[in-house]
Amino acid sequence: MSWLERIAPAPVGPALAVIFAVLIAASVLVAIIARRRPCASSDELALRVRSWWFMISIFALAIVLSPVVSTVFLGFVSFLAFKEFISLIPTRRVDRVVLFFAYLSIPAQFTFAHLDWYGMFVVFIPVWGVLFLAMLMVLRGQTDGFLRAIGTYSWGLLITVFALSHTAMLLAGGQAWNPGGGGAGLLLFLVGLTQFNDVAQFTWGKLLGRRKIIPAVSPGKTVEGFLGGVATTALVAALVGPYLTGMDWPWSLVAGAMIAVAGFVGDVTISALKRDLGVKDSGGLIPGHGGILDRVDSLTYTAPVFLHFYRFFFVG
Amino acid sequence: MVRLLRLGFFALIVRPLLMLVLGTNIRHRERLPAKGPAIIVANHNSHLDTLALMAMFPLKRLDDLRPVAAVDYFDKGGALAWFAKHIIGIIGVRRGQGGEGNPLAPAEAALDAGRILILFPEGTRGEPERLARFKKGVAHLAKARPDTPVTPVMLHGFGKALPKGTILFVPFNCDVFVGEAFRTDGTVDGFMTRMESAFETLTAEAGPAGWD
Repeated sequence: MSWLERIAPAPVGPALAVIFAVLIAASVLVAIIARRRPCASSDELALRVRSWWFMISIFALAIVLSPVVSTVFLGFVSFLAFKEFISLIPTRRVDRVVLFFAYLSIPAQFTFAHLDWYGMFVVFIPVWGVLFLAMLMVLRGQTDGFLRAIGTYSWGLLITVFALSHTAMLLAGGQAWNPGGGGAGLLLFLVGLTQFNDVAQFTWGKLLGRRKIIPAVSPGKTVEGFLGGVATTALVAALVGPYLTGMDWPWSLVAGAMIAVAGFVGDVTISALKRDLGVKDSGGLIPGHGGILDRVDSLTYTAPVFLHFYRFFFVG
Repeated sequence: MVRLLRLGFFALIVRPLLMLVLGTNIRHRERLPAKGPAIIVANHNSHLDTLALMAMFPLKRLDDLRPVAAVDYFDKGGALAWFAKHIIGIIGVRRGQGGEGNPLAPAEAALDAGRILILFPEGTRGEPERLARFKKGVAHLAKARPDTPVTPVMLHGFGKALPKGTILFVPFNCDVFVGEAFRTDGTVDGFMTRMESAFETLTAEAGPAGWD
């Protein structure tokens, strides 16, 4: 076994190598565009690609190091997303204790996922978390604004913590579900295709975009971008799915199309949130991308959708 | 030894807390004074404010930073006073006009030694995320050392993460807005007008951050 295979065993190692090759190609392409037609949007594009280098490198490193490091990393992303959400929305001072407990649910939830304790993982936040937070708020005794507060906190927790923790569950549970590629193979399939789909929908929209698909929420999104993204993502999924997930190519194609559609829905859902709050980006954490929620918006939908799709059809 | 403790406290506790857990975002970092003597004036809502302002600067400048606080901090004595004086590096000044001599003498001496002073002109920590009336001490200090640049800084979000009267720390995204430096025109009233307009500009940039 070579040293390369030891630190990055197949199929994850070669898959990461392909991702980095794509990244290098993107960097070269952006450099060429910047030289031919330097403008504000080419600067923005260069900034975005540079941030991709950071994000993909950190993600790859976490995946390669160990399952514990990966889970801590995924939990930290979830923490950042929840913090960004809580900082964006109006909150009541009396709810600081409630929010403190909401934060505590993050390490607990990711621990359940890491322990491959599916039964607890799947009820902890939607059942216990939501019931407990409402109880805590009632005990604090301020009913003014109660309904809006419990609604926003619960939804934020479901989207940024429960939904995103499906990535960690996929990683831990996948060891048994997917003997060939393991949890890392499933996670790479999900995250890689989700992010690829974002780029594909953006690119097709720029190239062919004519008809707006949902102008009231996200004026930049077009029917052509959406369909082009779904087709490209499904195609790539059919190519890599058998290798990473153990599904045959037709099933992989379906999974890829589902990820593409779910990713679109996640994207526009966070857009609706931002539009309601009157902000353009959810934060300024990632140069060229915005905040962390801007980057994981699609993943908040694709992670649960892909995990439950895979479990339903492939885990007995 | 104390210097090592101080460095360790900032490198291992303050910076990771502010960067990783809070995720403090500094806007216009380039407007910060590169060297002393200089004065930083900021709004005050949280125990975290002093630490956040000190963490904006590179670690190697730590020895130059001197927060200014009312001397009653030290009067209580004990571990907290030792910590404030040696680890944070606070300079104590007496409150109000009473007493003999120049109450600002220690602050002036620090400026003469080329330090960067950190002051909270609101006096005490006010209502979270709400600007209180400024006190005039810093205007007198600027009058005594008229060449010293004064950099206004708006802290945003810290009063939600750790407001007055609680020890429960809850993470919120925090922002630090650094304004353009200004100098005194030689009068107390003129200085106050400049400082107030500098904070109005920063408030407009920062937007609202209060509780619902």
